Amino acid sequence: MGLLNKLNEPYEAGGIILGTFEDILNWGRARSDWYLHFGLACCAIEFMAMNASHFDFMRFGTIPRATPRQADFIMITGTVTLKMAERIKKLWEQMAEPKYCISVGSCANCGGPYWEHGYHVLKGVDRIIPVHVYVPGCPPRPEAFQDGMIKLQKMIKEEAIFRKRKKLEEDSKIELSA
Amino acid sequence: MGEKKRIELDYSKIESDRMRLNVGPQHPSTHGVLRLEVELDGEIVTEVVPHIGYLHRCFEKHAEKMTYPQVIPYIDRMDYVTSMNNELPYVMAVEKMLGIKVPEKVEYIRVIMCELNRIASHQIAVATFGLDAGAFTPFLYFFRDREYILAIFEKASGARLLFNYFWIGGLSADVHPTFKEDVLAIVKQVRKTNKEIEDLLIYNKIFIERTANVGILPADVAINYACSGPVLRGSGVKFDLRKNEPYSIYDRFDFDIPVGMGEVGTVGDSWDRNIVRMREMEQSCRIIEQAVAQMPDEGDVQEKLPKRIKPPKGDIYMRAENPKGDLGFYIVSNGTDKPERVKARGTSFVNLSVLPEISKGYMFADLILILGSIDIVLGEVDR
Amino acid sequence: MTINEIYEQLKEDYGDSIIELVENPPLDSSIIIKSSAVFEVCHTLRDKPGFEFDYLLCLSGLDLGENLAAVYHLYSMKHAHKAVIKTIVPKDNPKVPSVEKIWRSADWHEREAYDLIGIIFENHHNLIRILCPYDWEGHPLRKDYKEPEYYHQMKVPY
Repeated sequence: MGLLNKLNEPYEAGGIILGTFEDILNWGRARSDWYLHFGLACCAIEFMAMNASHFDFMRFGTIPRATPRQADFIMITGTVTLKMAERIKKLWEQMAEPKYCISVGSCANCGGPYWEHGYHVLKGVDRIIPVHVYVPGCPPRPEAFQDGMIKLQKMIKEEAIFRKRKKLEEDSKIELSA
Repeated sequence: MGEKKRIELDYSKIESDRMRLNVGPQHPSTHGVLRLEVELDGEIVTEVVPHIGYLHRCFEKHAEKMTYPQVIPYIDRMDYVTSMNNELPYVMAVEKMLGIKVPEKVEYIRVIMCELNRIASHQIAVATFGLDAGAFTPFLYFFRDREYILAIFEKASGARLLFNYFWIGGLSADVHPTFKEDVLAIVKQVRKTNKEIEDLLIYNKIFIERTANVGILPADVAINYACSGPVLRGSGVKFDLRKNEPYSIYDRFDFDIPVGMGEVGTVGDSWDRNIVRMREMEQSCRIIEQAVAQMPDEGDVQEKLPKRIKPPKGDIYMRAENPKGDLGFYIVSNGTDKPERVKARGTSFVNLSVLPEISKGYMFADLILILGSIDIVLGEVDR
Repeated sequence: MTINEIYEQLKEDYGDSIIELVENPPLDSSIIIKSSAVFEVCHTLRDKPGFEFDYLLCLSGLDLGENLAAVYHLYSMKHAHKAVIKTIVPKDNPKVPSVEKIWRSADWHEREAYDLIGIIFENHHNLIRILCPYDWEGHPLRKDYKEPEYYHQMKVPY
C-alpha cells in the first residue's frame, strides 16, 4: 500500500502521510495479530518449533494468548475429533470480530490420513467454523506456517474492514429480527 | 531445602466447601488436549478426574483396514514426538512373525536413530517441564538443539517429524554419506547444552523448591499402576527394557540405567523424574558413540521380502523402551495381508492413569508440574 | 517359569476352569481360561510365590466374530517371566470379572476395552466410555460396526 515508502522521506511533504484511514488501520492490524494458543496434535509440535529460536514466529507480530477473548485469529493445528469439535466451535464463538482462522495440516483441512476409516475424526474443521487460510502438509514445515501467516497478513491488509463491519451489523439485525 | 509435604486434612473436623474446576481441553499447560476435572478445597487438590479421548484418531480401526506396511505411518502419528521409537516395536514384531533377520547395518542405524529421537523427546519433555515451572529459556536452548537432530532425520527420511523410516525388513532409505560425522557433532552439542541446562534449570534453587517433594510416586504404586520409563525409574526401580530384555542389538552397548535417588527431596518426586530424563540423554549419547564406532559402512538397508507381507496365523506381543516408557504392540494375524487386530499399549496412556493417585493433597499449581513431570503425549494417550 | 509350567500349576489349582494351552511357536503361547475364574486366577498369579506377576503389561479386547475375548499380558518384575491369559465370552453376554482391584492399571484398559469392543467388566468401579464421547453409540472396533451418519449435527463420513 506504499505507506512505508512514504516514510523514507518524511519531510518531503511536510511530515504528512497520506492514506486512507482503513489502510492505516489494516496496516496495524495485519502486523499485530494475537493468536489463540491451541495445539491439538502433531502439528502443534511443529508449531512449538516454529515458536522457538530457529523460526521465531513472533517476528510476525504475533503473541500467543491463552484465552479466545484476546485473540485475533485461531490456529487449528492438528486433528479435530468429534469430541473436540464442539469446544472449537465454542472457542470460535467467543472470539471478538474481526476474527480469522488458519487451518494447519491435512487433518484440519480435510481429515488427512484419517479421512476414510476415522469414525471419530471430523473431516475438515471447515465443517464447523469458517477457515480463511489452509496450510497443507502432514505436518507442515515451519516454512509453510510462515507462508500461511503471510497469506493471512495479506488478506487482512486488503480487507475492507468498514464495509465488513457494516455488513456484520446488518446481519446481526436480520438475525435479531428473525 | 524447603519441606513441602502432602497436605492431608481431616474432614471430620473441618467444614469446607469444595470447588470443581475444569482444566482443559484448551489449556496451555495440559500438554495437548487433556481435560482434567479437579476438585479443590481452597487451593488444595482433593480429587483429579482425567477425561481423555479428545484426540482419539481411531488408530486401531485404521490398523485393521491397512496392510502391514501401511500401518507404519499411523504408528508415527501415535506418539508424534518419538516416531522412530514407535516404529521399532511394530516392525520388530512383524519381522519376528515373518521370521526374518534384518542386516547388521540396519540394526545400527535403527539404534542410532532411536537414541537420537530419545534425546529429541527428552529435550521437549524437559523444556516443557521448565515452561510449566516458569522457565522459558531452556525451551529456547533445547529447541535450538532439536533442530540439528531433526536435520539428520530429514536428510535420512525426508521428513522432520513423522518419518515412516523403519520399514519391515529394513529402512526406507540409506543414510547420507556424512551421517557419522553429523551424528557425532550432535552428540557434542547435546552434552554442551545439557551442561548449560543443568546450571540454568536443574540445580536452580527456584526450580528445586518448586519440584522437589512434589508428586511423590512410591515404587510399589508405580509397579501396580504399570508405570514405565522415567516415571518408573524416577521412583528408584532399576528397570529398562534395553538392559533387562535386550532387543535389537542393545546388548552390545555399555550404558547405565539412571534412577531417581531423592537427591534434593524424596525418591520418586517430580524432580527425580526430570533428572532421570536429563541423565538418560547422556546415556543415549554414550550408546550413539559406541554404535557409530561399530557401525559397518557397507551393506544393504532392505532385506528381500515377498511382495505381499502375510505373516502366519497367531498373535504376538512385542515391546520396546520408548523415551516415555514401555511401548507394546499386540498384533493378531489371521494369515492375510491385513492384521486382524493391532492393540497399542500406549505408554502415556498407562502413565497418565497414575495422575489422580499422586496429585491429591498438593497445591493446584503443583498439579500442573506433576502432569508435566509424567511427560504425556496425548496422541498416544488417545491413539 | 515357562508358560508350560505356569499352565500345569494353574491346572492343578483350578482344574476345569483352565481350558487349554495354545502353543504357536515362535509366536506367543497363551493360556485360555473360563471367564468366571478370571478374578481368582489373576489373584493367584499376582500373589502366589513363584508366579508373582505384579505388572499388567496390557489388557486387550478382541472381536473373534461370534465371540469376544479379553487378553491379559502379564509380566513379573521379580522373575522376569511373561504369561498370556485369554478368556472368551459370547457376544450376546460379554461379561468378564474386572481385575482392576488386582492391578490398578487395568482400570483404564478395561474402560477402553468396554468402549471400543463392548466387553462388560463386572465389579469395575466406574465402567464408562473413555475415548469416545460419553453419548457415543456402538462399539467401534467390533467387526460389524457401522460408523454413524451424523454426530451432533456434524457429518461423520468424508
